[in-house]
Amino acid sequence: MKFGILVNEGPYQHQASDSAYQFTKAALEKGHEIYRVFFYHDGVNNATRLTVPPQDDRHIVNRWSELGKQHNLDLVVCIAAAQRRGLLDENEAKRQGKDANNIAEGFRISGLGQLIEAGIQSDRLVVFGD
Amino acid sequence: MTLHTVNKSPFDRNSLESCLRFARQGHSVLLFEDGVYAAVKGTRFEGLVTEALKNNKIYVLLPDLEARGMRSDNIIDGLKTVDYAGFVDLAAESDRVQAWL
Amino acid sequence: MTENVTKKFLYVNRKAPYGTIYALESLEVVLIGAAFEQDVSMAFIDDGVYQLKKDQSTDGIGMKNFSPTYNALGDYDVHKIYVDKESLDERGLTADDLMNLVYEDEDDDYAEKSSISIVTREELAQLMEQQDVVLSF
Repeated sequence: MKFGILVNEGPYQHQASDSAYQFTKAALEKGHEIYRVFFYHDGVNNATRLTVPPQDDRHIVNRWSELGKQHNLDLVVCIAAAQRRGLLDENEAKRQGKDANNIAEGFRISGLGQLIEAGIQSDRLVVFGD
Repeated sequence: MTLHTVNKSPFDRNSLESCLRFARQGHSVLLFEDGVYAAVKGTRFEGLVTEALKNNKIYVLLPDLEARGMRSDNIIDGLKTVDYAGFVDLAAESDRVQAWL
Repeated sequence: MTENVTKKFLYVNRKAPYGTIYALESLEVVLIGAAFEQDVSMAFIDDGVYQLKKDQSTDGIGMKNFSPTYNALGDYDVHKIYVDKESLDERGLTADDLMNLVYEDEDDDYAEKSSISIVTREELAQLMEQQDVVLSF
């Protein structure tokens, strides 16, 4: 079965991203397909590579990147929500005249249409938020 | 059949009450994250949960329950525990998943 | 491939505007989603009904008043807007307290009609059960 995942909250502040990760991992282990993980609202903050958690804590951003790499996941960050919150990829930083970008490996920035498409293409859309 | 997910403590938000207001006969409800506090015996929401059990299957995510210092023998009779794999199964078995954020 | 699939999408709004960004960003999803020509409905429950309160004026808080954007929904062919009666009642609100959201019905000589239906718990529960995708904000 094809799952779409929506993550609406940032890392550490809320459990939403942790729950979404555990769900995604369990679904993959059971042989399901993850069509896309879409990050919206403060959820876009799951994609900043500047995150430096204490060493004895989980690294939520890297954990997504690694799971993404391992399973070729489509990790998509909403562009409108990302711009509001200061999350940029290289192209977007250039376009906006910013001197840095901060998106982590394995994530890509795209439009809200990607969320709708995930709803259309997935058998189930599961929402994690506050 | 719908799987409703509730992730907020009933003492903090009305998510569970709203969810149960709209959940139809035969629907499933999963309590996870802070939602698991509704599953515990002896709270003022026990009556609400027990009443809902007449029409709905109610599940609790065990890892979230245990993280919060509770065990499966602390939960209201009739509730079932699941792990993340069980959560995935519930989502797959249902026609849709509706989150009560 | 994508174009041929039509699914029933329901956007469930349970949060008030301004205190948090959910209402505003949820509306952005609905407006973008309209371009995908799916079968879209919106439900306003609990504090979500406050999103539709008329006479919002944000001059004093320095935030953008996004309530006029709901008026655009009709032009985007989003005209199935369901408001939970119990949630209105609990908050001492009636239909008169809500914005007058309308659309032009192309099947009825473009007559202007109200987009808002105030519905019972049972009607909403039925609506939810008919959906393919439920997006909650």
